[in-house]
Amino acid sequence: MGILERLNGGRWGVHPHDDHKRPAADTPLRVMPLPAKLCVPLLQHVGAPAKPVVAVGDSVLRGQLIAAAQGAVSAPVHAPSSGVVTAIGPVTAPHPSGLPFDAITITLDGEDRALEAAGVDDPLALEPAEVTRRIADAGIVGLGGATFPSAPKAQLGRKLEVQTLVINGGECEPYLSSDDSVMRHRADDVIDGVRILMHAVGARTALVGIEDNKPEAIAAMREAARAFAAIRICPVPARYPMGSDRQLVEVLTGKQVPAGARTASIGVLVNNVSTCAAIHRALRHGEALYRRIVTVNGGAVAAPGNVLAPVGVLVEDLLAFVGLKEAPARLVMGGPMMGLALPHAQVPTVKACGGVLALTAAEIARPAPSACIRCGSCVKACPMGLQPLEIAARVRAGDYDGAASLQLDDCLACGCCAYVCPSNLPLVQSFQHAKGTLWARAQQKKRNALTRELADARRERLERDARERAEAAAKRKAARAAQQASAAAPGGQEMPS
Amino acid sequence: MLVPVVILTLLGLMLGLMLGYAARVFAVEGNEVAAEIAAMMPGTNCGQCGLAGCGAAADALVAGAAPATVCPGGGAPLAQAIAAKLGLTLDLGGLADQGPKIAEVQEDICIGCARCLKGCPTDAIVGASKQIHGVLHQACTGCGACVTECPTGAIGLRPLPQTLQDWNWASPSFA
Repeated sequence: MGILERLNGGRWGVHPHDDHKRPAADTPLRVMPLPAKLCVPLLQHVGAPAKPVVAVGDSVLRGQLIAAAQGAVSAPVHAPSSGVVTAIGPVTAPHPSGLPFDAITITLDGEDRALEAAGVDDPLALEPAEVTRRIADAGIVGLGGATFPSAPKAQLGRKLEVQTLVINGGECEPYLSSDDSVMRHRADDVIDGVRILMHAVGARTALVGIEDNKPEAIAAMREAARAFAAIRICPVPARYPMGSDRQLVEVLTGKQVPAGARTASIGVLVNNVSTCAAIHRALRHGEALYRRIVTVNGGAVAAPGNVLAPVGVLVEDLLAFVGLKEAPARLVMGGPMMGLALPHAQVPTVKACGGVLALTAAEIARPAPSACIRCGSCVKACPMGLQPLEIAARVRAGDYDGAASLQLDDCLACGCCAYVCPSNLPLVQSFQHAKGTLWARAQQKKRNALTRELADARRERLERDARERAEAAAKRKAARAAQQASAAAPGGQEMPS
Repeated sequence: MLVPVVILTLLGLMLGLMLGYAARVFAVEGNEVAAEIAAMMPGTNCGQCGLAGCGAAADALVAGAAPATVCPGGGAPLAQAIAAKLGLTLDLGGLADQGPKIAEVQEDICIGCARCLKGCPTDAIVGASKQIHGVLHQACTGCGACVTECPTGAIGLRPLPQTLQDWNWASPSFA
């Protein structure tokens, strides 16, 4: 932290007065009964979508591989329960656009027959590469929301000789308490997962950052980590976005991640607590990642709380399980700050879905935006040290390059600026729009380069073909001439010139 | 025999030297800006602009005879890049409503004649004789050269399908 930041308090971020986490966080964990069907998406991670290895009509068992990873950065997908594959194809994605993506639909038989799972008694005795392979085979991805496949991440950490793991138990988004629930109810699993991950990466210490608004989770984790000196439980102030990897790393280690770089570049690897619990289950019990704890919360929910649900369960089935008091005005997957509004309830959950919110009209009410008064609140709130008002002014004028020159790339889209804006300006949407436009422009440029290359290659090929044809014709002509010559002079004598 | 050979050789040599000299002295200098703009274009010489290829379009742009939106294949991003390069004011009105297009083969009327394959400037159509043809989305510039080649009218242009990856938030209304 620099002197300037010390002087003005270094107060990035926001702290909502009511984080709406309780009472949902305090209710006991419930296990969702099996629904009639599940739609398990093929793309639930950063990277290439998984490739189906089952066909329509196949019977599958719980834990069976149904789609294999493709390429270095990808993750396989497993059946969350037993049943018959009834469709492989597009379903509506949990995304505001309402566009489809591919999923495997399984009609469940309700028997929940499981594939025989093979766990390891002592994962810490395995070779690190073998641990990483098992993490990859279990389809584990970052469950904090970034969904980066965990195995390539661990490999990267090992390659860069990362010494410190930061375990993210921040969960700074209001309403959500799924990580809190994992830490409260499965602290031993999380700590074991952390030890396995440390072994896979070759890290010496692990810092578990937990926001101080979760005293029960801190107590449970301290108890579980008591025997392991290398794992430190570090309560951090509750301030949004503390759960963002860059902010948590800076608070815990004092080191700042350079713009555009990964945390691994400064010797730190960040993993979520739920990811660690999944790693524990994958190694010790041979269980692939096909279910997780989801917070179902919001004013429209009758019995909000944490639910252990299979991946790919439809949001409407999940809401039917917890019950609705009233028709929700908006459905959101994820938290209220960074989550995505859903087009309707017939969308499946994904591995990274830590929460589903059914919000009432009162909860989403937003006053109409007015002109920017240049108060600078957004500058103070921005955790990345950007100037949201200046960027927004450029986006508004259509000057996307100008916005990019103000480091729009570094924007986390955390929403702090829009939260504090007294003029209620739609800052985040304008940044998202600008990022999308710049991305599309870069894509078009790439496309132009590709078509240009193709056109040049084609021109070259046509010229070569023509040349070769001409050469072949000349050769034929020469051969014919030689033949005629030898026919005219059978004695082999040269013709007089 | 020898005299005409010598005369013609000398004549050829002289004319050749004269032509070589003329080529150096009277060389027409290419417009560098036009060359740079031509390098930004898709380079398929598809003719959608109504001019004789990308080079001619670049010349027309530099001469001020064509608007920045002249190239439909390059789309809005190219138009913006050209406008920035030449300092033109940009009116995207003509481009925005169309958006990028790609060719699509209607498989039920494609007879597999393979004529479209030859017409495509980027080899974006795959197929073989008596086989149904398909279009590679990434390689197609939507120039429409194949549309006129097709004897059964099986190829048409349609807007590029929207996917989750390229979906973008609309620009919000401020105040």
